[in-house]
Amino acid sequence: MRYSGFRVIKEALTGHKGWKPTWRDAEPQPEYDIIIIGGGGHGLATAYYLAKQFGQKRIAVVEKGWIGGGNVGRNTTIIRSNYMLDGNEPFYEFSLKLWEGLEQDFNYNAMVSQRGILNLIHSDPQRDAFVRRGNAMILNGADAEYLSREQLQEELPFLNYDNARFPIKGGLAQRRGGTVRHDAVAWGYARGADQHGVDIIQNCEVKGIRQKNGKAIGVETSRGFIGAKKIGCAVAGNSSRIMGMVNRKLPIESHVLQAFVSEGLKPVLPGVITFGAGHFYVSQSDKGGLVFGGDIDGYNSYAQRGNLPVVEDVCEGGMAIMPMIGRARVLRMWGGVMDMSMDGSPIIDKTDIEGLYFNGGWCYGGFKATPASGWCFAHLLAKDEPHETATAYRFDRFHKGLMIDEKGMGAQPNLH
Amino acid sequence: MIINHPLLGPRDSQEFTYLGDMSLINRPDWEADDAVDQFHEYLYLRDNPAGEHKELWFHEQGDRSWLVVTRNTLTHDITKVEIAKDIARQMGRSK
Ligand SMILES: Cc1cc2nc3c(=O)[nH]c(=O)nc-3n(C[C@H](O)[C@H](O)[C@H](O)COP(=O)(O)OP(=O)(O)OC[C@H]3O[C@@H](n4cnc5c(N)ncnc54)[C@H](O)[C@@H]3O)c2cc1C
Repeated sequence: MRYSGFRVIKEALTGHKGWKPTWRDAEPQPEYDIIIIGGGGHGLATAYYLAKQFGQKRIAVVEKGWIGGGNVGRNTTIIRSNYMLDGNEPFYEFSLKLWEGLEQDFNYNAMVSQRGILNLIHSDPQRDAFVRRGNAMILNGADAEYLSREQLQEELPFLNYDNARFPIKGGLAQRRGGTVRHDAVAWGYARGADQHGVDIIQNCEVKGIRQKNGKAIGVETSRGFIGAKKIGCAVAGNSSRIMGMVNRKLPIESHVLQAFVSEGLKPVLPGVITFGAGHFYVSQSDKGGLVFGGDIDGYNSYAQRGNLPVVEDVCEGGMAIMPMIGRARVLRMWGGVMDMSMDGSPIIDKTDIEGLYFNGGWCYGGFKATPASGWCFAHLLAKDEPHETATAYRFDRFHKGLMIDEKGMGAQPNLH
Repeated sequence: MIINHPLLGPRDSQEFTYLGDMSLINRPDWEADDAVDQFHEYLYLRDNPAGEHKELWFHEQGDRSWLVVTRNTLTHDITKVEIAKDIARQMGRSK
């Protein structure tokens, strides 16, 4: 069924009796050509592009809980392509371009809103660094704009420009950045994949990977064994657990990241704003809540909930740049488990086990990557070679010293 | 989280800096033939378990000692706190 304005009117006039479930509740088949482990944004996007773009058949996504219950439904929904390094920027710009056409492509309203993202600048060296990053973005076909303090004061009069410690000296804006309704991304990809024949199997936990003569031949699940010619692992924060089933260690630590939403307010924030001197970023959802967050808690965790020191730190950051936020009450807060990699950049690569492919290491920034990650992982699974924008996302970059470390922090995941 | 420091008693985890897996105590021999492989594994690869994890915390805003904390990554429960120096010695370091 295609969704359209006409359809909405027709259903309204006929008592809404024609709507169908958005995707089938599939029973696992004994065997598939390709199994994707993990029904998050990346796994569902991979299945969708495998079927739609790369003409693959007999595909299943196996999800231990319900789709959208992982990070794809827990993030703060920001999309952008404001990276600097060669290995990253073409990939993230490819992703942003896919976001721009996504809703038409999968015929689902994901509320892609290019309301812009602004990184605040608080010192002269930071201005130099951000202008340099802006130039790298422009070289890669993305948009970037330097805004002076005066321009900002006009657009965003409520920021605290004269904070004694961190005055606002300007900002780097990416107007094409913005926010997307995160659950709708999972649902839209699930629906699109389902329409192309993909089986989405929920409540089906992968507990082992069966191998024969050094080749992966299927997954042991809570609903029995399912055979596969190829298996793609896209489980974000649980990556080490899946790869641990085949005794592989990853260049990844799992960390918890928290997010917060205030009570609903009238529109106050036009776009996304990030603090440049501490960890705080904020946007306003269409329902009116201020959606904000900051740093990861900083210790290994699979708990999906964080601790109070980070709550305090995030709120301090908010008060520093936007004192009016002190009048709003926090309504909800939660945590998600991040796959923090050793250089802060992801991996989309074959493993050393034939038939087993890996997608992970997305850190706290994998939501914006969802379309390109799915596309590139599907490319790798279908053609056995990396997509041109993902050639740097290899496992062996650590061994070879080819890290993609945007912040230059070294092998310390909690600093990326 | 409260870390029960073996010398100073219960302290807020905010006083500490987190480094990571305790295996970082075992720095490989840089002269070994396979030093490159060993350092790759040491520096970049992690067990990253869901459950009990032995990890290094530095008491930066306290007595500046390194501790090995045994903590459950699923619940954040801390079950054991030891001085890292003692453990390193037991493992044959600084003989
Ligand atoms: C608080 C927070 C804020 C964030 N903010 C942003 C942001 O503003 N912008 C941005 O770009 N990114 C952001 N991120 C990061 C982003 O959400 C993640 O990088 C991204 O969603 C990860 O990919 P995914 O959607 O596939 O993961 P998930 O949705 O976590 O999918 C993985 C799935 O695998 C399943 N799974 C795990 N183990 C198994 C198993 N054994 N068998 C079967 N299935 C299994 C899980 O149940 C889960 O559904 C944020 C994350 C958090 C937690």
